[in-house]
Amino acid sequence: MSNIGSYESRLKDFDWKKAGDELGYGRDEQYNIGYFCSDRICELGHGKKVALTWEGFTGEVKQFTYDDLRIYSNSFASMLGGLGLGPGDRICVFMDRIPELYISFLGILKMGAIVQPLFSAFGEDALEMRLEDAKTKAILTTRKHLGKVRRIRAALPDLVWVIVVDAGDRQLEKGEVAFSMEKAPKIERSEIAKVGPETPSVLHYTSGTTGKPKGALHVHSSLIAQALSTKWVLDLQPDDVYWCTADPGWVTGTSYGIIGPWANGVTQVVLDAGFSAQKWYAFIEKHRVTVWYSAPTAIRLLMKEGLDPVAKHNLASLRHLASVGEPLNAEAVIWSEKAFGRPFYDTYWQTETGAIVISNYPGMKIKPGSMGKPFPGIEATVVDLKSYEPVKTTGTVGLIALKPGWPSMFRMYWNNKETYDKKFRNGWYICGDRSSIDAEGYYWFVGRDDDVINTAGHLVGPFEIESALLEHPSVAESAAVGKPDPINMEVVKAFIALKPGFSKSEDLTMDIMNYIRKRLSPLAMPQEIEFVDALPKTRSGKIMRRLLRAREWGEEIGDISTLEND
Amino acid sequence: MSEDIKKLIIDYVKKEYLDEDSDQVVTEETKLISSGIVDSFSMVSLKMFLEKKFQIKIPDEKATPEAFDSVNSIITLLKEFTPL
Repeated sequence: MSNIGSYESRLKDFDWKKAGDELGYGRDEQYNIGYFCSDRICELGHGKKVALTWEGFTGEVKQFTYDDLRIYSNSFASMLGGLGLGPGDRICVFMDRIPELYISFLGILKMGAIVQPLFSAFGEDALEMRLEDAKTKAILTTRKHLGKVRRIRAALPDLVWVIVVDAGDRQLEKGEVAFSMEKAPKIERSEIAKVGPETPSVLHYTSGTTGKPKGALHVHSSLIAQALSTKWVLDLQPDDVYWCTADPGWVTGTSYGIIGPWANGVTQVVLDAGFSAQKWYAFIEKHRVTVWYSAPTAIRLLMKEGLDPVAKHNLASLRHLASVGEPLNAEAVIWSEKAFGRPFYDTYWQTETGAIVISNYPGMKIKPGSMGKPFPGIEATVVDLKSYEPVKTTGTVGLIALKPGWPSMFRMYWNNKETYDKKFRNGWYICGDRSSIDAEGYYWFVGRDDDVINTAGHLVGPFEIESALLEHPSVAESAAVGKPDPINMEVVKAFIALKPGFSKSEDLTMDIMNYIRKRLSPLAMPQEIEFVDALPKTRSGKIMRRLLRAREWGEEIGDISTLEND
Repeated sequence: MSEDIKKLIIDYVKKEYLDEDSDQVVTEETKLISSGIVDSFSMVSLKMFLEKKFQIKIPDEKATPEAFDSVNSIITLLKEFTPL
């Protein structure tokens, strides 16, 4: 029997307060996510239960119980407090998927600070932009990434501390501190910061079409939605072994790779290794994974490898599969039934929503290719593209819109009220994605309503890429768009007009690609560069990025009467 | 010859995919993809480098994470397309 039971019956009389009460949220005035993911599970008598089984790329395995989570997160909180850091300070975690990343996340929350997770593959520019915007006071990192932090440190006057969790014998500089989680004094009990449900907790950066990346700020009460959706959508039960393949540098990796499973007292497994179908299947078999939350790109990569690698492993432990990050194509759903004997359940949400808002649920009929139906407690609709009024006709495409008020909704874009306000129209939060709803209430994703590039489930802002491209000595002007890709849904393609004195060549193409990869991230690196004499522009001189994108997708270009050239 | 090629690829990996301050040692056995030194997106630029350097075309279906996972496996792949 699934946790959700009947979706329809859960819709009746749904109340977020009741969901919070069932979790014990607010009992003894305790609202801290860090407490709910560690101390509370121990208080419930599960301190000896394994919370995390971690495997590195060399095959090394480490295990941590809920007691370990509680004690080690106390150590992190104590160390950070000892450095003079306190409630409300932004503390960044910038590490690969090592145990310290997951556990320090809880420690930072326990001391009342705001945790700012950043993808460890970010290059210097991407990192600096986000730390500068948040006025981050401390960063936890590893020696592997220390060089990047050092090179931008002079530009970050607010960054007081750099904490290196695996410093070893590495020579540290002024303002850098070595901290070894497993060697630090074990702190059984520590005072957990008294926070309220509206106290800020996590700051995740996400990309938009224009401007710099925006910091979506969440609060501690997000836990209610994250814990409940983990229970009802991912169906996590006490004996499950759960694997979320997302990196905690992105919101899935924290909402469902830290908070959701641990608030439910479940054992989760983490593989800190690059993708390989054989390795993934071996990992599932070895750790007897029962619930697997992954992404369409990964599923399509597995599909590419075929069914032979599946047959070489015993994957009978798997009982529930779910997917997030980009629309899950019907072929992938059908393939997973063939490969694993069960479908991947598609889920839909975004950084700003903090938790799953539309989904397919265990026990509910799946329509392959559909995003499913709104989560109980989420009032969703599709609104007209211009009037923002809910569309009346079944099958009409509009914008996915949510009625504000669910617990995990972001509370602001850091330092950016204007952009935050623009996300709300006619009393709805506008997700920025187009969809239709069929006669049975299922949502069908159509596409994004802006120029943001969704590559392998990660949003990349064209403006950020174009700004970085302009700093390359050869680039006069550029446009970055998403082009279709059979595996990643979209990949970045850059159109570049060169400065006089430069001419196109393979060497220049590689140089520009690597330049963007190092400055921003591998995700932002153009997978293709097309050199052009000039870019199409409007009469006012704005580059017609949408025209270029439409060409890549083979779409109707529409009215081009405002074009200045081309 | 083979040693020269190994060195060429190792030097490129160090220059392009490792931080300039990195103290990580790269040998012909070092795991490149599974260790995260080179991710699936960055494989595109590594593939492009190899294609240009050896004047070959590596089909996408051959450019797998396993084939790119070490300098030795890359050399095995290259041998399918060019005498080394």
